[in-house]
Amino acid sequence: MLRTGFLVSLVAASIGLAGTAHAQQKTVYMPAILELSGAGAVSGTNFRDGMLMAIDEINKAGGILGHKIETPVLDTQSDAGTSRAQLQKVLDNNPYVVFGPVFSGSVLVTQLMTMKAEIPEIVGGEAAAITQKNASYVFRTSFGQQFSMPKIANYIHDSIKAKSVAVVWVNNDFGKGGRDNFTKEMKDRGINVAADISTEVGQADFSADVVKLKGANADAVFVYLNEEESARFLKEAKKQGIKAPLIGETTLLGQKVIDLAGGAAEGVQGHVGLTVDAPIKAVQDFAAKFKARYNYVCDHNGIKGYTGVYFVKYVTEKIGKFDGKAFAEKAHGITITPQEEPGILMEAKWDKNGDIDRESFLGEVVDGKQKIVKTLPMLSKK
Amino acid sequence: MASFIQLMVSGLATGAIYALIAIGFTLLWQTSQTINFAQGEFVMLPAFFVLAAMNMGAPYWLAALIGIALSVVILGVLFKAVIVDPMIRHGVLPLVITTIALSLFLKESVKDFYSSQAQPFPALVAPRDLHFLGAVVSLQSIVVLAVAVATVIGLHLLLNKTRLGRCMQATAQNPTVARILGIPVGRMVLYTFLINGALVAIASLLISPIYLAKFTNGEALGMAAFIAAIIGGFNQVRGAILGGIILGVLDNLSAAYLSSSYRGAFPLVILIAVILFRPQGLLGRVEERAV
Repeated sequence: MLRTGFLVSLVAASIGLAGTAHAQQKTVYMPAILELSGAGAVSGTNFRDGMLMAIDEINKAGGILGHKIETPVLDTQSDAGTSRAQLQKVLDNNPYVVFGPVFSGSVLVTQLMTMKAEIPEIVGGEAAAITQKNASYVFRTSFGQQFSMPKIANYIHDSIKAKSVAVVWVNNDFGKGGRDNFTKEMKDRGINVAADISTEVGQADFSADVVKLKGANADAVFVYLNEEESARFLKEAKKQGIKAPLIGETTLLGQKVIDLAGGAAEGVQGHVGLTVDAPIKAVQDFAAKFKARYNYVCDHNGIKGYTGVYFVKYVTEKIGKFDGKAFAEKAHGITITPQEEPGILMEAKWDKNGDIDRESFLGEVVDGKQKIVKTLPMLSKK
Repeated sequence: MASFIQLMVSGLATGAIYALIAIGFTLLWQTSQTINFAQGEFVMLPAFFVLAAMNMGAPYWLAALIGIALSVVILGVLFKAVIVDPMIRHGVLPLVITTIALSLFLKESVKDFYSSQAQPFPALVAPRDLHFLGAVVSLQSIVVLAVAVATVIGLHLLLNKTRLGRCMQATAQNPTVARILGIPVGRMVLYTFLINGALVAIASLLISPIYLAKFTNGEALGMAAFIAAIIGGFNQVRGAILGGIILGVLDNLSAAYLSSSYRGAFPLVILIAVILFRPQGLLGRVEERAV
């Protein structure tokens, strides 16, 4: 009896071990390096939460090609040097793809490493320079500035009909890239840049900047700052009675900025690349799921993280194997529609540089909410 | 002129808050040789005490009192008992390193247990703008300035016009003689930690509506206050006040009239100049300690 029991236990243990070993083999390593602390914590945590939500959905449905996704999340501390160190750590384990970072300065450092290792990198950075460095393994999840700035420039030229504009920008890779592209677009349209004001990351007091802005007396003000700085700037602009239209990109019209700025965000206008307020049912359903799971309203970085995972899933299923090189070849020039992959939420196309093209929106802050007033078509469909 | 007035009021308000934080630096240094590199995080934390109390249903005034009380207990009593007392026996440097570790711990704890996102924080007064000689000055800036000045005056009266204050001064100047004279030196040192706990809580209530409550707020505030204390004189409360005011005003004026790109560099230039030409600070005294 004892011997029978022992044999049964041995067999069961063997089956268990074999089962465990089998389960361990059926995973695919796709780590994320994200801004979980420091100045980029809001962006990084949104990206992470959207990404993990997509991963859970995919894993529950059986994974990718029968493999469960294994995604440890490493903190870059919003620092380019730490991003590089964290990436080196995950590269040693031979990942299939890498998610993140979100901060452009960190992406510019890591993308050369992933290119050398031939590992696709799915990033949240928007600086134009990212895809202009011949980095063939970097793929965006949102517009690069070279795509978003012409849309804003058209809006300022055609709708606002401004003859002069003031630019307020944050002095980092993101802000500098946006400022450079924006001023170029203004010059192309014959609009005078009356004031060019750089601000610091984490700046709290904008009174001096707004004083300079008032002195410029421009027809419109383009604001290109991170979330919290945007809110503080808007408060100061309202206090000092800036009358010119305040125009921005996705960040300025985000719900977080609206909440932090209170009434000071009212009337702000601009171009929105990604938003949970988009008049698209799939996006709104995603936003509701996100809110139910995390108990906060997702910003555009959450959408980047979520759609980035489904982008990887779709391309991988198309190539039928976990091969970074084949992934990069297939992904350049690919178009994914929500009919083919519902998790992509909106039709998206990646060009030969890894830049993304999809519909975008013109928005305005009305009654404390972002209101989408117009949907702009994909650039490739114009 | 209108722009100048606006910049001055805004700079004075920010500078007054820097001064409150810098005073804490000088008080702790004077009485216990503590250089607290977590001082910025000490200012960040009370805002979250207040927000947590408000989330539990407390009205703002009660939440503010709870925030100050918790700050005095945790950042005053506990800080001294758990961090300073055991470490100071090993010298100033180990304590400095411990406070750097404490700053990281506080920052990451707030991020993990509250939120990584900036939180709106209620102002002491409803948002309202005052028009003065063509300048638009927010009532909030005026109130911040008034509360900070009142706090400094109160502290000055406590230190110079009461027996308790004179005992604290004696402790700071010469603890051995103070002990011989019957002054309970240990208790006097504890009082300075309690005062610092209250000062950082008041600074937190004043600055969080402007900065928004966020776990990273302490980095910039701590550095600004530390620079202010050195510029003014690390061994003089009035020096810390002057240093804070100079820093706040200079930041605004330099950004408006010189260069916004280099605004972060100007305080450091002043700091270098002070260290080179008057190392004891503008109002500091050489080798003398007093509060």
